[in-house]
Amino acid sequence: MYDFKENMSKPERLSGGHRMCAGCGAPVAVRGILRAMKPEDQAVIGCATGCLEVSTFMYPYTSWKDPFIHNAFENASATVSGAEAAYNAMRRKGKIDKDVKFITFGGDGSSYDIGFQSLSGAMERGHDMVYVCYDNNAYMNTGIQRSSATPKYADTTTTPVGSVSNGKQQYRKDLTEIMVSHHIPYVAQTTFLTNMKDLHEKAEKAIYMQGPAFLNVLAPCPRGWRYEASRLMEVTKLAVDTCVWPMFEVINGAWHLSYEPKKKLPVEEYLKVQGRFKHLFLPENRHLIDEIQAEVDKNWEELKRKCNR
Amino acid sequence: MIRERLSGNEAVATAMKQINPDVVAAFPITPSTEVPQYFSRFVANGQVDTEFVPVESEHSAISACVGSQAAGARTMTATSSCGLALMHEILYIASSSRLPITISVVNRALSGPININADHSDSMGARDAGWIQLYSENNQEAYDNLIQIVRINEHKDVMLPGMVCQDGFITSHAVENIELLEDEIVKTFVGEYEPEHYLLNPNETISIGPYDSSNFYIEHKRQQAEAVKNAKRVVMEIGKEFEALSGRSYGYFEEYRLDDAEVAVVIMGSAAGTAKETADRLRAQGIKAGVLKLRMFRPFPGEEIAGALSHLKAIAIMDRAESFSNMGGPVFAEVKAAMYDLETRPKMIDYIYGLGGRDVRVESIKTVFDALQEIVKTDETGDVYRYLDVRE
Repeated sequence: MYDFKENMSKPERLSGGHRMCAGCGAPVAVRGILRAMKPEDQAVIGCATGCLEVSTFMYPYTSWKDPFIHNAFENASATVSGAEAAYNAMRRKGKIDKDVKFITFGGDGSSYDIGFQSLSGAMERGHDMVYVCYDNNAYMNTGIQRSSATPKYADTTTTPVGSVSNGKQQYRKDLTEIMVSHHIPYVAQTTFLTNMKDLHEKAEKAIYMQGPAFLNVLAPCPRGWRYEASRLMEVTKLAVDTCVWPMFEVINGAWHLSYEPKKKLPVEEYLKVQGRFKHLFLPENRHLIDEIQAEVDKNWEELKRKCNR
Repeated sequence: MIRERLSGNEAVATAMKQINPDVVAAFPITPSTEVPQYFSRFVANGQVDTEFVPVESEHSAISACVGSQAAGARTMTATSSCGLALMHEILYIASSSRLPITISVVNRALSGPININADHSDSMGARDAGWIQLYSENNQEAYDNLIQIVRINEHKDVMLPGMVCQDGFITSHAVENIELLEDEIVKTFVGEYEPEHYLLNPNETISIGPYDSSNFYIEHKRQQAEAVKNAKRVVMEIGKEFEALSGRSYGYFEEYRLDDAEVAVVIMGSAAGTAKETADRLRAQGIKAGVLKLRMFRPFPGEEIAGALSHLKAIAIMDRAESFSNMGGPVFAEVKAAMYDLETRPKMIDYIYGLGGRDVRVESIKTVFDALQEIVKTDETGDVYRYLDVRE
């Protein structure tokens, strides 16, 4: 049984004092996931270049209590797959005798875009590792440029709202579904809600299930999304309750819906707390919100169908 | 000692089998493809204990090598041309993270236009990446160099990655007689990889690959430069140790009929054999011709080269790669810089040759020696930057 108090009182594996912004979702995701590790176990943790890496491991300081490796932006999956291969070889030769887990963190830039090939390759090869995408919907480390995870009509520094543009013109890529198509044992989409139970349970399954696993965690960015730092948990709750970011898992190909809002909220509720969608609330842009709503509804119905709901 | 007949690719794959690394991560590319092919057969037949990672690109090959070596495993890969170019970014990360990874490079021209044959543009493009670079004239040297470089890379005063280069097709696919060492001898020679710091060390938790501010970065580069300096000493030490085992001598370069030579060529790779044959023929005609065959390009043995060439009247430096500086190729730039500190210097010219696998014949090298003799006779250097056997 999940015990919130007990879980939160575990020693942190990502120690405080790192330089991530207040109100950022990424360290919340990391801590939430690493709490699913059994205290006696250790993980080799890989991280792609990005906010998380440059803010948690600035020479000569590291926030990571587990063995940690950063290589480059686009190759975190390949790097950790190499570490996992080393572990198998060294274990076979009797050079190491304990269980070690392998976890990789990357933002949406390193997962959806520049590191997409590396991620796909590592998942297909079947390494016993977890890949965690902390999806903050844009290249935040370089200053809020659009990614293929950026939602349609979001204002970013490379899709700026202008006199003839309403922000990003394309829909997001569905990376979670692409990972499902790799036919790996475990794929899940989650974020942090109230007592962190969903994140915890999915992390536990991902870490302790044999074979490759992929977790897509919505991890908002206060600078890029323009919300007040203190409202992080409110933003993720709205993402889930509007069905913009549904929570589900796919275990050996079987889809399960993890959360169905009692009352599905209109997308405005999610959009209006974020400055990146401010332009959508001009009276002449009502049809753009309607378009987003139609897309969210379509995707939600499709997901429910896959989950037999 | 075992007498065999092997291609260059078979020779390095055999060396890898005998080294029995913990991990090999590789992606096919002509002409090095056979190396992972042969090696995966050794894996499939249980002849090695290695974990073979058949990655989806060369970028992932070297990235997986970084993860593996950092985790504490002896790790190798093989590549050519565009594959090495695709690894470029990570080559620097491997060397700055002080990970003694080994690459068997089968030299091939870089695109474009696409061309699958030998030249050195691929490894020359990686010359400033902080890797040790050894070049091989033939299959025997490719085999011997690969066994030695593992020891050089992993030496505690070095801890740098290294690449052993051989010429695509010319040696990689040509079958030659070769002398192999017994498995046990290689095993003892390379020993076990025992790094001081690694991710899977149960007694220590470390982080690798930090963000390094301007307050520290230059000190880390300075340490890397010191390691390269140490590598120069270690290459010689390991060469001596290897000679005691094999009877085959390895230094920074081979001096061929240089002692009393007046004219000479400086050359790397398979064409060195052609150059030596040319020198022999010219010697028979009373011309004092010699050859300096460069084995180690990184670190660059500048002082020693200057010493070996100082007495010559004219030399031609042979570059199997363009650097588009308009001042000659990369070997020329290094040799010429190394010669600058001499009181009196031979006249020096550069030839770009053999690009994209253009055949290099004795007659080709003969024209180089002819040019050198003309320089000696007229005391005029003429064009410094030349192309060999090219249609203008």
